[in-house]
Amino acid sequence: MVETRLIDVTGLQSLLDALVARGYRVLGPTVRGGAVVNAEITEVADLPRGWGDDQEPGRYRLRPRDDEALFGFAAGAQSAKPVFFPTDELLWRGRRTAGGSGFEAQSAESAQAAQGGGVEEHGEDGPDTRPTALLGVRSCDLSAVGIHDTVLTGRGFTDAHYAQRREGAFVIAVACSDPGGTCFCVSMGTGPRPEQGRGAPFDLSLTELLAPEHRFVVEVGSERGGALLDEIGATAAARGDLAAADAVTEQAAQRMGRRLDTDGIRDLLYASIDSPRWDDVASRCLACTNCTMVCPTCFCTTVEDVSDLSGESAERHRVWDSCFTADFSYIHGGTVRESTRSRYRQWMTHKLASWHDQFGSSGCVGCGRCVTWCPAGIDITEEAAALRGVPGSNLPTPTSPPTPASE
Amino acid sequence: MTAVAGAGSRAAPRGDPFVPRPFVVRRHRQDTRDTWTLVLEPADGATMPFAAGQFTMMQAFGAGEAPISISGDPARPEVLEHTIRNVGAVTRALVHAGPGTELGIRGPFGTGWEVSSGRGGDVVFVAGGIGLAPLRPAILEVCADRASYGRVLLLYGARTPEDILFGDDLRRWAADHAVDVQVTVDNGQHAWQGRVGLVTQLVDRGGFDAVNTLALVCGPEVMMRYAAMALRARGVAPARLRLSMERNMKCGVGLCGHCQLREYFLCVDGPVLTYDVLEPLMSRAEL
Repeated sequence: MVETRLIDVTGLQSLLDALVARGYRVLGPTVRGGAVVNAEITEVADLPRGWGDDQEPGRYRLRPRDDEALFGFAAGAQSAKPVFFPTDELLWRGRRTAGGSGFEAQSAESAQAAQGGGVEEHGEDGPDTRPTALLGVRSCDLSAVGIHDTVLTGRGFTDAHYAQRREGAFVIAVACSDPGGTCFCVSMGTGPRPEQGRGAPFDLSLTELLAPEHRFVVEVGSERGGALLDEIGATAAARGDLAAADAVTEQAAQRMGRRLDTDGIRDLLYASIDSPRWDDVASRCLACTNCTMVCPTCFCTTVEDVSDLSGESAERHRVWDSCFTADFSYIHGGTVRESTRSRYRQWMTHKLASWHDQFGSSGCVGCGRCVTWCPAGIDITEEAAALRGVPGSNLPTPTSPPTPASE
Repeated sequence: MTAVAGAGSRAAPRGDPFVPRPFVVRRHRQDTRDTWTLVLEPADGATMPFAAGQFTMMQAFGAGEAPISISGDPARPEVLEHTIRNVGAVTRALVHAGPGTELGIRGPFGTGWEVSSGRGGDVVFVAGGIGLAPLRPAILEVCADRASYGRVLLLYGARTPEDILFGDDLRRWAADHAVDVQVTVDNGQHAWQGRVGLVTQLVDRGGFDAVNTLALVCGPEVMMRYAAMALRARGVAPARLRLSMERNMKCGVGLCGHCQLREYFLCVDGPVLTYDVLEPLMSRAEL
């Protein structure tokens, strides 16, 4: 039996206060630079109250809502990815020894422990070692975090930095009430309502209700989540509240801006290796890497070696990389994927097909960011439909039931 | 043999897979105008067992890191041998690392040749250029257990006679271990008495029992593709035909994504893969 509670806006503030009191660095959605982004928050007033968004291929605009919704927007500009998997990670630090012929290298952990800090990012007053509490994780992004857990910690070699950040993190999911024009989580079977057991686990999951009173139905996902609610005196949710919460996600599921037919998608992509559609998309794709930067599951990285002027000390950083660059596949003698055609094919085939072979799931969670943030407005759902030979419309049929994932 | 226990085995690296271990260059030998062999020993004395066909991520301090196949003897894990062609900034720093210099090593990584699965039959090694280096550990493994194998052929193509690697080895393998060593070059000057032509032509000459042959191929991808087709044409089964693939690699442990060939991470699923897996993937450009 799922345990549910009810809190109001004051209760949400108490929740934030309790997390801060427990030593968490609380990250949540806030408006910055005309977009909803994750940043450190301490108050309900930091949240995007009264803001919604319009998202279409190549277009993202904030839109004032006519209500006081705190979570009335769709997928923000960035997912949870940079929180647990930062764009720049120190791998090791070393220096020359024995008159220059030798060297010693320390792992990032021991190098930073020597400086009195952990591996968390550096704030203004030195390393920030607080564990993270992340508020506002959408269902699609929760699935993406679950995928990263598999990719980065669930195979032969583990990304210890990622594992450490994930281990201490407190996750508060939020159900979507107002999906965007590029959303298709229903097609990918990842949303719009966070479900324990689908994707990464959450500690708490909120569904925002605006009328008659502004309140939140809270699903308890962990013991520590329940303890936190006990601490702030959250009451049990009434049957009417639960029904209202169900209605929020049910109507959200009916209003997906896009859909992607996942039936046999892996075989479709593999069979489309010689499709002329790749030339078509390449004529529009700028190979700018935006899609891979905003994608919550893209995990490719490269390394950068940084040394001081004397060459006495050096460190290696791991930084995000993208399969859309020429360097990505460079081996001496040339670049394996020279054409944009081959790079888009690699990206889309990886997302929708080879990901299944590698990790047992789709690499796409239907968040729609790659569509929204593509400067050319390239739409993965449209490209998939084109490969299938279905031209045109991506508008869902209004009466169609939610499509479960194909596998 | 201390390294390989059998098919599917893989020597595992120690500690944090991202932090290089210092290895000291003990011997430094120039093989050709652009290729050097380094013999290294672990600075901490802990040996690094490896399987023939595996590679390491080699680092010159401050210059960067590159994936390099191990060219040494898997029966001697106390030393690490790498044969490196100077083709870029990192490999230039590596080949210029003289005796006493410490280089960073991560690994060993990847799948091996598993040449021992060819016991009881013929083995054909097909090498192109520097591709002989990753095959050398497997050839040494066969020579150490020569009686277990039937006919053993080494078909080796180099650009010019000056580019031929491991000349002493080639003579010893032929003279002492009954390896049928056949060498061909793309361009030979008048002093060259040997064959001129493609390594695939050596495959076409046969001299092995194709249905009972294990074929191991390493070289430039285009050479491997044609060599594999020639071996297939003679009747070698795709599952008994193994190739060592090269792609960009940054991590060596399946996390950075660079080495993907469709569903395969070549650093952990490869570099050695069988031709039944590779054939459809190698027949398309830019995959």
